[in-house]
Amino acid sequence: MLAEKNQIPLVSVFIMGKEYKVPSGLTLMKAMEYAGYRYTRGAGCRAGFCGACATIYRLKDDYKLKSALACQTTVDDGMYLVQLPFTPANKKKYDMEKLNIAHNALLKEYPEIARCISCNSCTKVCPQELKVMDYVQASLRGDIEKAAILSFDCVQCGLCAFRCPAEITQYHVGQLARRLNGKFVAPKAIHTEEAVAKLNNGVSKKEISKLKILKLAEIKDLYKKRVTE
Amino acid sequence: MKLIKGYPESMRESIEMVEKTREKRLKEKYQQMSMEERDDVLNKYHPDYKPEVKRTLSVGNSKGEIVPFEVADLIESYSRISEKDIDLSNIDYDVDLLIIGGGGAGTMAGIWATYEGIDPQNILMTTKLRHGDSNSIMAQGGIQAADKSNDAPEIHYLDVIGGGHFANDPELVEALVSDGPAIIKWFEGKGVMFDKEKDGTMITIHGGGTSRKRMHSAKDYTGMELLRVIRDEFINLSIPAVEFSPAIELLMDDKGQVAGAVLFNIETHQYYVVRAKATIMATGGFGRLHIQGFPTTNHYGATADGLAMAYRCGARLRDMDSVQYHPTGAAFPEQIVGLLITEKVRGLGAQPLNREGEMFVHPLEPRDVESAAFIKECYGAGGGVETPTGMQGVWLDSPMINMIKGEGVTERELSAMYRMFKRFDINMVEDPILVFPTLHYQNGGVVIDSNGATELKGLFAGGEVTGGVHGKNRLMGNSLLDYSVFGRRAGISAARYAKKASIGKLTLSHVTKYSKELKKVGVPESRKSPMILPEYRGKNVMSRAIDIF
Repeated sequence: MLAEKNQIPLVSVFIMGKEYKVPSGLTLMKAMEYAGYRYTRGAGCRAGFCGACATIYRLKDDYKLKSALACQTTVDDGMYLVQLPFTPANKKKYDMEKLNIAHNALLKEYPEIARCISCNSCTKVCPQELKVMDYVQASLRGDIEKAAILSFDCVQCGLCAFRCPAEITQYHVGQLARRLNGKFVAPKAIHTEEAVAKLNNGVSKKEISKLKILKLAEIKDLYKKRVTE
Repeated sequence: MKLIKGYPESMRESIEMVEKTREKRLKEKYQQMSMEERDDVLNKYHPDYKPEVKRTLSVGNSKGEIVPFEVADLIESYSRISEKDIDLSNIDYDVDLLIIGGGGAGTMAGIWATYEGIDPQNILMTTKLRHGDSNSIMAQGGIQAADKSNDAPEIHYLDVIGGGHFANDPELVEALVSDGPAIIKWFEGKGVMFDKEKDGTMITIHGGGTSRKRMHSAKDYTGMELLRVIRDEFINLSIPAVEFSPAIELLMDDKGQVAGAVLFNIETHQYYVVRAKATIMATGGFGRLHIQGFPTTNHYGATADGLAMAYRCGARLRDMDSVQYHPTGAAFPEQIVGLLITEKVRGLGAQPLNREGEMFVHPLEPRDVESAAFIKECYGAGGGVETPTGMQGVWLDSPMINMIKGEGVTERELSAMYRMFKRFDINMVEDPILVFPTLHYQNGGVVIDSNGATELKGLFAGGEVTGGVHGKNRLMGNSLLDYSVFGRRAGISAARYAKKASIGKLTLSHVTKYSKELKKVGVPESRKSPMILPEYRGKNVMSRAIDIF
């Protein structure tokens, strides 16, 4: 590896306050591993989709507290960081069939959203750069669709819930908003319904049973001749 | 190194050539390959077609099967435990159903076993990391299902079989394509936010090797959206899940049934004994074995633990000679090398190009063919683009998407991709992105029937750990469908089995027996599996690490 031959410049990174020299250009996650940490908690998909690696850090000579996903952020000289291995946050249990969107189901399940003081801390901390406060406010107003759309790219890392002075668990609220939207607000796909009904007439089953018994050369030929939309 | 909007000068020169040919290419279509041309490029350039990277299994029920070295080493390994280490008389969890793995297949299995009448409190899900940490959550592009009026399951069937080189198990393909429409309807009813037109029509596009536009999506977060919803449902049903506690060995009973597992708490290092009337293997695939040294799109825990454990009990494997390399892994910048660039980028119109900005392959050949063509362009035709770390790649002309589909489409429908590149100062709306094939999917696996039952009594399986559904090559959008269909079927079948099953005396004697076989063929005793997690610690640190604490 180039770094081990000292061909890549090293930078200092303070992992939970302890200094390590790591090659510049590594992600925070790879820097931790280079330094000798073996992940059990704090690493999942390693590609920015699972939210396991929420990290908070400060840069040299900067008072601002920043946040990131460790797998999607490059180390900076003098950075000091800690990962958050877990977010204690209660998820409500609900039966989707029994929820009533006409009576603001979001407020009913998560009444604490009414405590939002519009400080925007959640939006500022979000590593996906979502408008978290806006979707909490939309939830409060009962605007399910807006809350669902604004929260859609949420990886549920939990950073918003840590920062919130009103102790809201925003990412759980967003989850319920999206499910309500998908189930009750968005228009149904009629063609899917029809395709399911059509399967009951047995035509496809018959067609597939014919395909299943074809000889290799015959099915290859059919495949070659198939017409692409 | 000086970067101009994310790229070094050397790569910028090639980008200029890409820009010059763009106008002309927007009007052009590249011809698809004939079957003969496909075979030729696969034979010459696909990493899987090199015989020197594989060997024959010398023990167990698939003795004689040819598999990659990395898989052979994992399978032909000693257990991490022996009979004398584990007290099987002290049972920590006594359940009807044990689900091993917390990805899509395991989650579906739990939900459907509950619907089938198993009390949630008699189910246990165990997972190595967190519930949901899986390849399922990382799938981006979409899920296939034949639910449009110009489509039908039999058309989908032909695409799957042809894409899989006619090596698939027809019964499994039938189950896959026939359940498709009902699975989409079920997801919709659970509240999945599919991409739709204003009237509710699903927005569907092509994937590599599809003859109909049947790729349903939720932006480029399709896997995440599906998994978020089913995990939420799973939790609502109050099914217990134990995280950070991977299974390290299956248990059997004196009647030869699979009867639970030994779990290992990776934080406290304590073991737990689970007795179960039925067990579902849903441990996913093998990307983190880094076959032939390839980087991978897979999640941290994708180490094929389930293959090793099931094989020791006598399960048979199939199609393990075949590995899926996704054509478009990121090749630049270095921080994201190997990560997935969804096929949807090509589905929406981006063309793959060489250094000169020329097309050399149709954008949507089946994945293995597309990958082989990229490798040929870089290492056979000399048309690759070199990165500052010496890696080769080809361009994916992403700016074409907004030109064809309209402004804002990339930012909206590919928000995960757009965000990932933006984090490294690359704007994929203005500049192309560099890609190279990356290790993506385990095409083969444990043999199952269309009910998700393995050949072993008491053991069921679904998802990437299984083989036969995709033959020798999976098409895009069929893995999300696979885990949905076979996770569900395995959950239902296991529930029915558990209602009638009775478990005898627990044993690990199959492990002892397997060790003896390994010894006979001279496998070194240092080789152990399952792997549990890959080792990525720095070499400098590891060379000076001492084990005293």
